[in-house]
Amino acid sequence: MRRNLRTLGLLVRAGFRRESTYTLAMLAGLFTNVVFGFIRSAILFAAIDSAGGQLAGYTKDTISAYVWLSQGLIGAVMLTGAAEIGQRVRTGDIAVDFIRPVDVQAAHLATDLGRAAYTLIPRGVPSVLVGALTVGLVMPTAALPYLLGAVSLVLAVTLSFLCRYAVNLTGFWLIETRGVTTLYAVTYGFLSGLFVPVHLFPSWLATVAAATPFPSILQSPIDVISGRVVGADALRVVAVQVAWVAGAVLIGQALTLAGRRKLEVQGG
Amino acid sequence: MADLDTRSEVRPPGPLAPYLAVIRSRLRAQRSYRTSFVLDLLGSFFVGLTEFGEVAVIFHNVTILGGLDFHAILLLFGLSNLAFSLGDMIFGHIDQIPTYVRAGTLEAFYLRPQPILAQLMVSDIQLRRLTRAGVALVALVAGLVLNDIHWGAAAIGLLALSLVSGVAIFGGLFVWAGALQFRLINGAEVTNSFTYGGSYASAQPASVFPTALKLTFGYLVPVVFTAYLPTLRLLGLPGPAGLPSWLAWFTPVAAVWVWVVALVLWRDGTRHYQSGGG
Repeated sequence: MRRNLRTLGLLVRAGFRRESTYTLAMLAGLFTNVVFGFIRSAILFAAIDSAGGQLAGYTKDTISAYVWLSQGLIGAVMLTGAAEIGQRVRTGDIAVDFIRPVDVQAAHLATDLGRAAYTLIPRGVPSVLVGALTVGLVMPTAALPYLLGAVSLVLAVTLSFLCRYAVNLTGFWLIETRGVTTLYAVTYGFLSGLFVPVHLFPSWLATVAAATPFPSILQSPIDVISGRVVGADALRVVAVQVAWVAGAVLIGQALTLAGRRKLEVQGG
Repeated sequence: MADLDTRSEVRPPGPLAPYLAVIRSRLRAQRSYRTSFVLDLLGSFFVGLTEFGEVAVIFHNVTILGGLDFHAILLLFGLSNLAFSLGDMIFGHIDQIPTYVRAGTLEAFYLRPQPILAQLMVSDIQLRRLTRAGVALVALVAGLVLNDIHWGAAAIGLLALSLVSGVAIFGGLFVWAGALQFRLINGAEVTNSFTYGGSYASAQPASVFPTALKLTFGYLVPVVFTAYLPTLRLLGLPGPAGLPSWLAWFTPVAAVWVWVVALVLWRDGTRHYQSGGG
């Protein structure tokens, strides 16, 4: 058990270090995030003006915090469907993962947590700073939202990975997963609150979103960090995230097991 | 059309024959994995649908955005998305150049006696984007019907001009992206800011943009010409400061500007590239 944890710890570090070698890619990603941030804040500011200064509890300052936090977190929660594990399933490299003495899901999660942690340095923090310095935004002044926000963020990254993991494992049965991963990425982007906050959804759509793990991946950590939800409400948001993580772990494990039985490796 | 082989025995193939053969093979290849192709079509359909959903959610909360009402936004969204999805279908894969470079498959394009850009263009036309274009077309037709447009030769001409130039503008931006990637490789994501970012910006009423964005997407990456200006003109609206709606007639000029830059960048990129000997 202790050795296992040590291995996973090393994988987190490896993920962090691997990501840190792509500095240029990070800056490119930041630039694109910032451009989208400007467009999105312009639209949402106009919507708030049109609604008379307030919209679903958002003012310009708080919706700006939402925009720039979400742009900053894109790198960490990866708004795509495709993942390295999918490619390993297709090429058969996954067989090597199965031989290793650590759980496949846990090992890939550890690497992804390391990767996500690094993205906060060149993408997450600068994005919020650019937003604060240009269009302006309001963030909480107390420490608690940030502490709970950190927990919520780790859960969000974990959940984001676990969902992508499960989607990509369908490759055991589908061979070509591009259609599935595209469908996943599109639904994910929309229902997580990436384009428009979930709080602006009409009630039927909000119900649909709440029935999926997606708001827990983006809207939830933003709500907690920005102080939109505090106290018992914030704890409830985090509890929902924990429940989704638990569910996603189980589904991922079941798919791993079934896929392992399905997998056939030819010779060496 | 299916008998290219027999025809070529009779007379030598024309200059377009290689391109047509490649396009035909690509279209056949994409349809041969049925399930996968259907899922791809569905995926692309949902992309269109959620793009529209985003606009609809905003208009669930407000009735006017940047001086346009929901009916006007349908027109704006339809024009922008139709032009983008067609441009993306024909040119979108050009920004996959880093993949070709890493895999060492770009060399093959250099060896053939046709322009590299033309070869790349036909090498991977993506039929799946048609469903997204379909969503956009429905929005556009709804916009054209629901709005009070003064129909005449001018309106029809403007509409046709905008669509053709719009496809050219977005296609040209993908060529910018592809060309820049010869130099960027790992930094390729930066080009998303004007391809996908441009598409996103073009579907918004530009009057809501701060001046810097208005100038950027108005004149440097002129996506405002693809949908916003034509929409204003068709509806007889004046347009915000710096973007008068009579500019809608200059959409082809914007397309020419994009393509001049595209070809200059492309020339630079392809000459800069040095094969790793893959």
